Formats: sequence, structure tokens, C-alpha cells
Amino acid sequence: MATSGGHVFATVGTTKFDLFIRTLTNDDVLRELAHRGYTSLTVQYGNGSFEPWSGFREGIKVECYRFKDSILKDIKDADLVISHAGAGTCLEALEHHKKLIVVVNESLMDNHQTELAEKLFEDSHVFYCSPASLCRLLQTMDLSHLRPFPPGQTLTIAKFLDETCDLKPKCRPL
Amino acid sequence: MCITTFHLLTVATCFFLGRFYYLVRKTSSNVVKILPKQPKDKSMNTMIVIGSGGHTTEMLRLVKAMTPSLYCPRTYVMASSDATSEFKVHVLEEHLATKASRKYRKYSIFKIPRSRDVGQSFFTSAFSTLYSFLRCVPMMLQTRPELVLCNGPGTCVPICILAFLLRTFFLTNTIIVFIESVCRVESLSMTGKILYYFADVFLVQWKDLEHRYSRVAYVGRV
Repeated sequence: MATSGGHVFATVGTTKFDLFIRTLTNDDVLRELAHRGYTSLTVQYGNGSFEPWSGFREGIKVECYRFKDSILKDIKDADLVISHAGAGTCLEALEHHKKLIVVVNESLMDNHQTELAEKLFEDSHVFYCSPASLCRLLQTMDLSHLRPFPPGQTLTIAKFLDETCDLKPKCRPL
Repeated sequence: MCITTFHLLTVATCFFLGRFYYLVRKTSSNVVKILPKQPKDKSMNTMIVIGSGGHTTEMLRLVKAMTPSLYCPRTYVMASSDATSEFKVHVLEEHLATKASRKYRKYSIFKIPRSRDVGQSFFTSAFSTLYSFLRCVPMMLQTRPELVLCNGPGTCVPICILAFLLRTFFLTNTIIVFIESVCRVESLSMTGKILYYFADVFLVQWKDLEHRYSRVAYVGRV
């Protein structure tokens, strides 16, 4: 298996997703991560009741915390992000050009949050799995299959608004 | 037979109901409606409705890309329960101040009661919507926005409907722009389904939605 190297960040946002955290910190999964060349894992486990064990296991340095004001730094530091299906986290990870695995909470199936994650999976921007299939995905996935996520087109929308309201900028700064 | 106040009221009610119906039909049959021309160097009195969480992020990102001198003064409206958005607005305005002259730095913040909490039932949200609707009336009459920019959730419904009513009564000529959240890939949100009939410009962030609903437009992702 090719070595991808570096750091993994796992996050559940403000939700509670014990099954994901429990699976992630399993020896099998950690071994798989180590096998791929990852050396450290930071876990943000949110409102979960399962507190994972920090320390050095299966060749991976595991660090855990419940909440932080901003997880942006952790996302930036990571090479691979494993996230719940929350739209905010998914988009933030993709905008920072991170490889992303979305783990969907099957007990919240009728949730519009997963709509976006499913779409991103269809367009090959992320990998998508359930806690049960996480280990299998880590064994088989090929990160080079992921397509880069195009940046947002806010300027186009702003320009569209100018035209719609028939406003003409005398000179557009920026 | 003499004309009584009752007769006059009936005629006026019929007229405004008719105008309301006409405007709804006209609005909801257009993809994008270009409203009356503004004088070229005039800026628009803009109301920006801040939602919560991801909605706030999306909206502020769009405002950041807009030319501050064209959309001025800016009125930000947010739910009174929202603790973090106000700070984010101040940060954004500090950024905008660097690209506009002093004259275009005018902005204010209004707080209104929330009309619908996430997961609240349809029935009880009718009452809370009515309450926040009434609380919005003085604010709308005071600011008279020419453009309302919103992206859900609930908070923006009373504001948009009020703006629409002000137009029905010939009081303002507000352009209502609704931008559906990036999370909605397959269907419109509840706010989106309501504002489908009231928003002049209805933007979505995924191309698939544009095919599914006749009057939504896809320009890009925020």
C-alpha cells in the first residue's frame, strides 16, 4: 500500500456519534491507518459519551478532545480528515484541499445533512461510508481517485446581483 | 344610495388582495425579475438577514464579495438568540471598511425573535412566526430596504413577507433575493418553499435543483 503520510483528524462537530469514534479507535482501524503511513490521529469526539483513549497505539499517536472554539487549525494540520456528514465540516475540509472520508450516522438517516455528503460522494470529492465499513474502506480506498473540489463562486454571484439590481460599479476593488 | 366607509374599505381590500395575488403570480412566474432601474451612482439600502450556523457563514461570505459602496447602508438582522453572529458581522464590516470610503461604512444591526427553531412543529411555529412578524413591522417601516438578501432559516420569512406586503401597499419597491443553502441538493428547504412565491430572485447552489424547480436560478456556489 502506498504511504500517504502524516496526520489524521477525525471530527463529529457538535453531534454525538459514539459508534464512529469507537470504530475509529479500534486496533484494526488504527493498524490500517498506520499501514497507510499515518503516524498521528487527533479525535474531536463532541457530545459523545464514549471517551477514546489517548496515547501511543499500533504505531499511531492518538490525541483526543471534546470541543475547541475552532477546529479549523486541526483541519489545516491534517492530511486526511475523517468527518461526520455535517455540511460545515465537510465543506471546510474540502476548501482546504484535504482528503476527506465522510462517515454517515445511519441512525439519523432521514437527515438533510447527509444530502450534501452524498452529493459530494457522487461527484467523487469524498469517500463515504458507515462506521461498519470504515475499516474496509481504509483497506481498499485509493486517494488519487478523489477529484479536487472547485472553489466557491461568490464573486460571480455578487456580480449577478449587481446586474439584477442594475447597479454598475464604477470600479470594482479587490 | 350613499357610499359608506364600509363600501370604501371593501373596495380597498379587494384592490389590495387583487394586487397581492397579481404580484405573487408575477413574481412566481419569473426566473429572475429585473426591477425598476436605479440611478447609476446610487447605492441600495440593503437588508441582510443573518440565519445561524452554516447559513451565517454562507451569507457573510457573499457579503464579503459584494461591493460595499453599491449596497449601502447595510442593515443586518439576526435572531435575538444568536450570540455569535453579531461578532462575525463586526469582523466582516471591519474588513469591508478597508475597501470602501468612510461614506459607505454605514451599517446597523437589528435583533428579532426567532420564528422557528430547528425541529419545531409546523403548528407551534405558526404562532412564533406571527409574533416575530409583528416585531418586524416597525423595523421594516423604519429602514425601508430596497434589497433584502436572505438564505434562511425561518428568521427571514416574516421579513420577506413584510417586504412583499410593503410593495403590495406601494410603500417600497423591495427586491427580495433568496439563496438556498448549499446543503440542499435534492429539494428546497421549508423556508425556500415559502419564499418560492415571494422572492424576486431565487438562487440555488446546485445545478440539479435548477432543473427540478422552474423558477430557481443557478449562478454558482457561495
